[in-house]
Amino acid sequence: MANGRVVVDPVTRIEGHLRIEAEVENKRITKAYSSGTAVRGIELIVRGRDPRDLWAFTQRICGVCTTVHALASVRAVEDALGIQIPHNAHLIRNLMHETILIHDHVVHFYQLHAMDWVDVVDALKADPAKAAEIAQMYSKWPNSTAAYFKDVQDKVKRIVDSGQLGIFATGYWGHPAYALPPEVNLIAVAHYLEALDFQKDVVRIHTIFGGRNPHPNYTVGGVPWPIDPNMDNALNTSRLTEVEKQIDRAYEFVKEVYLPDVLVLSAFYRDWTYGGGLTNYLAYGDLSPVSIYDVKSYRFPRGAVLDLNLNEVHDVDPRAIDQVQEFVDHSWYTYDGKETPGYGLHPWDGQTNLHYTGPTQEYEYLDVQGKYSWVKAPRWKEKHMEVGPLARMMVGYAAKNERIRHAVDDALSRINHLISALNLNKAPVDIRWMHSAIGRTLGRALDASLAVEFAKEDMAALWANIRNGNLATFDSSKWEPNTWPKETKGVGWVEAPRGSLGHWVIIKDQKIEKFQAVVPTTWNASPRDALQNEGAYEASLVGSPLEIPDQPLEIIRIVHSFDPCMACAVHLTDLAENRTIEVFLDM
Amino acid sequence: MSAPSTDVRRKSMYEEALEQGISRREFLKIASAVTLALGLDLKEMPKVVRAMETKPRIPVIWMDFQSCSGPTESFTRSYQPTVEKVLFDMISLEYNGALMAGSGTAAEKHVEEIVEKYPGQFILAAEGSLPTMPGALAIAGQPRYYEKWREIASKAMAVVAVGSCATWGGIPAANPNPTGAKSVIDFVPPGVPWIRIPGCPPIGEVITNTLAHIAILGKLPEVDELGRPKEFFRHRLHDKCQRRPFFDAGLYVESFDSEGAREGFCLYKMGCRGPTTYNACAELRWNGGLSWPIQSGHPCIGCAAPNFWDEGPFYARVVQLPGTQTTINPERVGLGIAAVAALGITAHAAASVISRRRLRKSEAEAAAEEAKETAHEG
Repeated sequence: MANGRVVVDPVTRIEGHLRIEAEVENKRITKAYSSGTAVRGIELIVRGRDPRDLWAFTQRICGVCTTVHALASVRAVEDALGIQIPHNAHLIRNLMHETILIHDHVVHFYQLHAMDWVDVVDALKADPAKAAEIAQMYSKWPNSTAAYFKDVQDKVKRIVDSGQLGIFATGYWGHPAYALPPEVNLIAVAHYLEALDFQKDVVRIHTIFGGRNPHPNYTVGGVPWPIDPNMDNALNTSRLTEVEKQIDRAYEFVKEVYLPDVLVLSAFYRDWTYGGGLTNYLAYGDLSPVSIYDVKSYRFPRGAVLDLNLNEVHDVDPRAIDQVQEFVDHSWYTYDGKETPGYGLHPWDGQTNLHYTGPTQEYEYLDVQGKYSWVKAPRWKEKHMEVGPLARMMVGYAAKNERIRHAVDDALSRINHLISALNLNKAPVDIRWMHSAIGRTLGRALDASLAVEFAKEDMAALWANIRNGNLATFDSSKWEPNTWPKETKGVGWVEAPRGSLGHWVIIKDQKIEKFQAVVPTTWNASPRDALQNEGAYEASLVGSPLEIPDQPLEIIRIVHSFDPCMACAVHLTDLAENRTIEVFLDM
Repeated sequence: MSAPSTDVRRKSMYEEALEQGISRREFLKIASAVTLALGLDLKEMPKVVRAMETKPRIPVIWMDFQSCSGPTESFTRSYQPTVEKVLFDMISLEYNGALMAGSGTAAEKHVEEIVEKYPGQFILAAEGSLPTMPGALAIAGQPRYYEKWREIASKAMAVVAVGSCATWGGIPAANPNPTGAKSVIDFVPPGVPWIRIPGCPPIGEVITNTLAHIAILGKLPEVDELGRPKEFFRHRLHDKCQRRPFFDAGLYVESFDSEGAREGFCLYKMGCRGPTTYNACAELRWNGGLSWPIQSGHPCIGCAAPNFWDEGPFYARVVQLPGTQTTINPERVGLGIAAVAALGITAHAAASVISRRRLRKSEAEAAAEEAKETAHEG
């Protein structure tokens, strides 16, 4: 098929349900449409409940980036109630936050994304000795021996020979867009298996602080478990040394396996520069060593970058009603009973009614001129923005944040070094090259690389507090609902693994009156808005080649570079009227 | 270009082991470990050995619906067996939205091929609930995906509902259930065996060991009256809780970060659902046996219990009066009435407290006394 519409549904190796429709002309994508095809309605479900429970409900928005919604919710409720949590609680939440950044990025890269760049079956052709030589060239990871790679290769061979490829059965192996030599494919497969092992250990930080993972526990007012180095049942020395052990291991794994693998991938795929998409980037910022309210101290800075202009950072304010707004003109919702209202609403003022007008029987294509997604279209000052690790790097770079500048510049120079050391005969890269699918993937690795450093610092700060006798972890002054104002509102923001996350809550008569989340994937996976501006996924696909329509590797490669999390993206709430939702069905 | 043919005789677990260079002796060691891991007596080992010698890796189709992917994530956290062992040695995971390589048509076609090739021989696992509102879930352009699910389920050897959404409807089905969500069990045709693994999410080991049980022994584990494997859901958390002695002694946490919290007192008065929740948290614990919510200072929210989302608020003991829609908060409305409604929990507390003769001046004691009296009156 030379021209026509290609559909990828479901896009797998993501969280939730996503459908991509792409118009193709002469093996090039000319237009693309992103559709979230599932809805649950968690914003409706939380209404009328105890605000102290909100985190537990919203945490179930996503089990992949588990805890970030819980964090956004406790922050929103604390903001509404005027609670300042103790420093220890802030540090512990930071450590849990950094843990999910590390865990989620590692799992995303190896388990969910690598197969778009790595040909697993091709690893069978590798020379294990040569693989060891290449691996040792770019990292000092001790596993990188010929015998080790031979073992991994035998394992792959056994799986392939068994005829039961299991999770590898449906890959597009042999596709011409794969560019790695067999040896690098083999290294990546080995690290796929190591990452599977690593990921289950690093989350033990959550298990200590929050009792389990996925879905560790949070508490409005601080953290639930007291610190006491002299108590067997409290967060004591032996528990804290387990946390420290996992931080150290994460540091090694990210610095010696994950980041180097992404750098080598970047070198080999240097010329596959598709998937940049929108040139506007947004970050609320996060990970202050002190307090969420001390915006200037954020290690991931706040701001917006427009038109890839890295010389200017625009101020961002999640409370300003003219900044963050959501549009529904191409989404299955209405505002004020209007199908295509043509205006956006800030989450505190917003409203949403489920209004499904899509097909009710099996369909070939969606009506992309009309409504075609359960995802709304968030915009910042009416502009379409990308959020996520790449946005954090771009905003940080533009804000002249020294650590981010150093991390980015160092990575780019290591890629250039690899290009010449491996005799790849490619032009060197600079920061503008990061405006691509592989650059986004690199941004994520840098995000993790910074997060392991932050975790070490926050752990040291926690030890220092304990040494100084500061053990406070919880502020109980506003715990009882009778201490709350009759009506109040708050916002909580988090730089989640996939980008800027905001929860807006209104509390009235001790109950949740209204709640809305605008999440990273809503920004990135959004459909068109009232001005017909496309979302980040849609924009990023335009211009990409598509060699083999029934093996749409390029589409999933670009879309996966955003790390889609559709269960997060699909939201609804009824902020306008305090009544049961209306559901219109056009049969 | 495409994947190598899957048209090869499938090898048994023993043959796979031999190819890995494992000796007969080592294989028997593994079999004995597996026997114990499955909670069986060692005299059952010959059965396990025979099963491992003859059983090929069982195909598993794992679908996700109105889910947060928590169950898949938890599955990957399993320590014993590890997910790698499960994926490459025990089962053949043919479809899983989060982990599989292929997308779109290739993925959907593969499901059809597996269903056709192994009728009545594959496990169908699911996470997430199924909405009855058309369009609320449309996978592969099918706005009534529950119809497709029913069709696949009719050909499965067994259906495994993983997590509270698949099991009971979970959070999407919580009041006001905007999408008409139901458990996947509601759409399993009669005659197809099914099992429930509740938990939001379930513990990784509970998932992998239930799959291991089916893969190795070729049958579903024994279940309770709600269809939950007895191995993991026989006991209430409260029965095995490390804070239980404090409950019995009437020593309760009254506020986070209080002296009682530092001592590790019982979290009952912070709303703990341990006394009404059946799960293996207190024994298996989480993430390699490291901890569990109650150990880490937070009350249990009862995530494995049916309808737990609608039995909040989580930080208060709110109980439903049997046979009514009425809920009351025992802390606020007078402890005597609450005790009657608390389904015997406080009565049980009374018995424990009194028998140990460690009475303390506390509300629980009062509640216990009330309960006892009310029980006599009744």
